[in-house]
Amino acid sequence: MGRRTPLYDQHVALGARTVDFGGWDMPVNYGSQIEEHHSVRRDAGMFDVSHMCVVDLHGASTRAFLSRLVANDVGKLRVAGKALYSCMLDDTGGVIDDLIVYFLREDWFRVVVNAGTRDGDLAWMRARSAEWNLAVTITERTDLAMIAVQGPQARTKAAALLESAARESALAMEPFFGREFPATDGASWFVARTGYTGEDGFEIVLPNAAAVPAWRALIAAGVAPCGLGARDTLRLEAGMNLYGNDMDTTRHPLESGLAWTVAFEPATRDFVGRKALEAIRAQGGAASKLVGLVLEDRGVLRGHQAVIVPGTDLRGEVTSGTYSPTLERSIAFARVPRQTTDKVLVDIRGKHLPARVVKLPFVRNGRILIDL
Amino acid sequence: MSQVLPDLRYAKSHEWVRTLPDGTLEVGITDHAQGALGDLVFVELPEVGRVLEAGAACAVVESVKAASDVYSPIGGTVLAVNEALAATPELINQDCYGAGWMMRVQPAAGAGADLLGADAYAAELAAVGG
Repeated sequence: MGRRTPLYDQHVALGARTVDFGGWDMPVNYGSQIEEHHSVRRDAGMFDVSHMCVVDLHGASTRAFLSRLVANDVGKLRVAGKALYSCMLDDTGGVIDDLIVYFLREDWFRVVVNAGTRDGDLAWMRARSAEWNLAVTITERTDLAMIAVQGPQARTKAAALLESAARESALAMEPFFGREFPATDGASWFVARTGYTGEDGFEIVLPNAAAVPAWRALIAAGVAPCGLGARDTLRLEAGMNLYGNDMDTTRHPLESGLAWTVAFEPATRDFVGRKALEAIRAQGGAASKLVGLVLEDRGVLRGHQAVIVPGTDLRGEVTSGTYSPTLERSIAFARVPRQTTDKVLVDIRGKHLPARVVKLPFVRNGRILIDL
Repeated sequence: MSQVLPDLRYAKSHEWVRTLPDGTLEVGITDHAQGALGDLVFVELPEVGRVLEAGAACAVVESVKAASDVYSPIGGTVLAVNEALAATPELINQDCYGAGWMMRVQPAAGAGADLLGADAYAAELAAVGG
């Protein structure tokens, strides 16, 4: 038996098929993964993401600490509530984890990290804090659950659970911000306009004891429970990486489609991994790149399938692949040699099937963004 | 609880076999199998005329989640495959014992002797909690 979130019994009662995910027993679907996917693209769906790890960083040195710890620049965070997506790198530029940092107060930042990497992340953070002599109180918030409500109708439906006076300001909150709001249950919820689906929505961090009533109220409000299966197809369509599939400690952001998350300016900011990434840039850049693929034949792209650049010895590999319910064909991310242009072949059980290289994302806010 | 039809025979690997009036066999995957796989999005069937060995992989079904081999429950020769599954693999989810059939097979001599009856297959499922 794996670890269980406060919502585990709800998932079982809803008929979920559960799987092990990073040591946690999590719902993969509650029936049809494809219907769950469509409910997020067209209306509102929700995911129990309580397995993810909320870490609060307190202390006057927190900004200085994060400025060295992560590859994106927390100096961009000047307005309370603003969020920043970043990688946390090791000295070789390898990705220890990807995370979101919320700036709450000058002495309080909140970081949300992946479930499977939480223990290593916490140990890394504590070791760097000691090494740099930057005192930061690092608190793993195991007292909190998290529900992601996503889709074009998600915010409206979720805001109904907030105190009436708070609803308007919650709905007026800009994308990539998060703030505390009073909920109708009397507790204070941290509500962020962030997500992992390519749709608008809220990620709600709330006390463990509040999770079950909130989940039930969201169902009553017409929000469809969705499993990790739909979460994966949604994030792939949205062009969002999954840690462990699309990048890990053996891969750096510049070959993982994440160069946009590395802030080389200001040049004086000495973040972990900077020297390694600068050396790669000095040599003319990364030898490979992460691209989107659309399969032009019947079949399904899957992680670890070989990618062939036609007429060359160049090879790459699919890092994440699936069937896209929105596009009704198979899509993938693949790490390919940087010389790769617009056409490749993918080895699916010995057959070489044609695939087209496309610009990510495939889908955003319900709209297909690539040519079919 | 997965549906098990009384008039079919089953392999432990979750395929079903129906004996047609002319003595040929129709093959598909069971309700338990389609439920475990989830929404099917692609099916790769054997070529007509291929000689199947009992217990060997003969087809692939892909759900949104993963690709899975289908094992031939009997030895024989493929007479026909369900062409409708190329465009509508979800027929297997909707009607696995009917419109979601996968192939028709001319059985080899003595084929199918080790298949399970409905009660024995249902007992197998009960043992694995399915």
